[in-house]
Amino acid sequence: MKRFKSIGFILTLMTVLAFVFSVAPATAAPPKQKNVILSTTTSTQDSGLLDVLIPMFEKKTGYFVKTIAVGSGQAMAMGRKGESDVMLVHSQEAEKKLVAEGYGINRRIVMHNDFIIVGPSSDPAKIKGTKSAAEAFKKIAASGAVFMSRGDNSGTHAKEKAIWKTAGVKAEGQKWYQQTGLGMGQTLNVAAEKKSYTLTDRGTYLALKKNLGLDILNEGDAILLNIYHVIEVNPAKWPKVNAAGAKAFADFMVSKQTQKVIKTFGVDKFGSPLFFPDAGKKEEQLGK
Amino acid sequence: MDIIIEGIKQAFILLFTLDPEVLGITWLSLKISGTATFLSMFLGVSVGTAVALTQFPGRRFVVSLINTGMGLPPVVVGLFVTIFLWRNGPLGFLEILYTPTAIIIAQTVIATPIVMGISLAAIQNLPANLRLQILALGATRLQMVWILVKEARLPLLAAIMAGFGGVISEVGASIMVGGNIKGYSRVLTTATVMETGKGNFDIAMALGIILLLLAFAVNAILTQIQQRDRPR
Repeated sequence: MKRFKSIGFILTLMTVLAFVFSVAPATAAPPKQKNVILSTTTSTQDSGLLDVLIPMFEKKTGYFVKTIAVGSGQAMAMGRKGESDVMLVHSQEAEKKLVAEGYGINRRIVMHNDFIIVGPSSDPAKIKGTKSAAEAFKKIAASGAVFMSRGDNSGTHAKEKAIWKTAGVKAEGQKWYQQTGLGMGQTLNVAAEKKSYTLTDRGTYLALKKNLGLDILNEGDAILLNIYHVIEVNPAKWPKVNAAGAKAFADFMVSKQTQKVIKTFGVDKFGSPLFFPDAGKKEEQLGK
Repeated sequence: MDIIIEGIKQAFILLFTLDPEVLGITWLSLKISGTATFLSMFLGVSVGTAVALTQFPGRRFVVSLINTGMGLPPVVVGLFVTIFLWRNGPLGFLEILYTPTAIIIAQTVIATPIVMGISLAAIQNLPANLRLQILALGATRLQMVWILVKEARLPLLAAIMAGFGGVISEVGASIMVGGNIKGYSRVLTTATVMETGKGNFDIAMALGIILLLLAFAVNAILTQIQQRDRPR
């Protein structure tokens, strides 16, 4: 009978465990209207900004924000399908298209920072000192030094493609042009390992700088502006969207209080702010 | 080398200072993967045993399906579960995408074929005469199955351990259907991916070490049960 006991013991143990385990997840789901799904780019999460802003918003309004941090391309695809309520993204052309097609409403500017071109300090393509981003890209292409692309339809990838276009270089398919398909942080790590060039937003670069050994080789060109917009998903297209919650979040992002937090975020850790608040400004005014 | 030492140091600091966020993440990982393993144990052992003990046309095909299922890629499971649970998807009315419940569902789908496949092999591996002998001694069919399950206790527990190991370490499905939401659906694996992305390699390492410790603790308990009274 000893063996029977051991089986009985297992079953009892498992039943008890199951009871303990199964209660929590079932009660964890809050009422529907409370949930706001925010689809956003990885840089807002990886920089730590959302860890500061989301709790502020939740405390103030009582909403529960589900942040899904993916590339801007996927974030907008989610909004387009009505699978998120509000988007915080940085991919100008795709955003304008989304709004023009009626999937997004109330596109408002939140903040900006800038993209930079980084690479190994040996700088094999000699891009240090180049005036424009396009010129730097041309030199990289001409030298055949490896360029690491995100290749994931993110906002950064879209910007990179725009610069290649301005430079008049067809990078896709070239031997020196490699795509990681990963987030910004991981792509920077790959670029560091392979001693190659890449385009990155300044915030992620600053956050990872200590382990990378990559230098800023080109910055300041107007094309390198990185502008973040908040867009609400159009409830007329997708009735299940939490329109009130989305509007509350978008309003919060451009509110005076939030903009003030954005202005000082990162100063204590990196010595300079990671984002510049822009609510109410026009895109054309930025970077001047 | 620095980063490895730093990671180990961080792991112990996080554990011994009882960092509430890390504890919450660890507890949630255990809860989710434990529940998924428990569900897959019922589904896996029962169906596995049934298939092992019956003959029917197309049986080999079914066994092949189960064996293939043992290698189901978590990302593929994650993708399918996501599409089904979308607001505007077929099961959207449940409103459980980006919740711990969604992760449990995905992990159950991943673990069930693993448990099922090993259970099937375990039961089928018992001597064929044993069945006849038990029945000849006057046992009912149900009693016979129960005795066989007890007899195959060792490999069946191994099946459960394999199932648990598969889901506690899985990241592709958890991040897709759970969303890695802070304090809500963030588990050890998804947190590790995120911290790596942030460049916090020491914290990522620490989370990895905690994950290993957790897996070890659970398996140690199960092994204890498994090896309690070894059959001669």
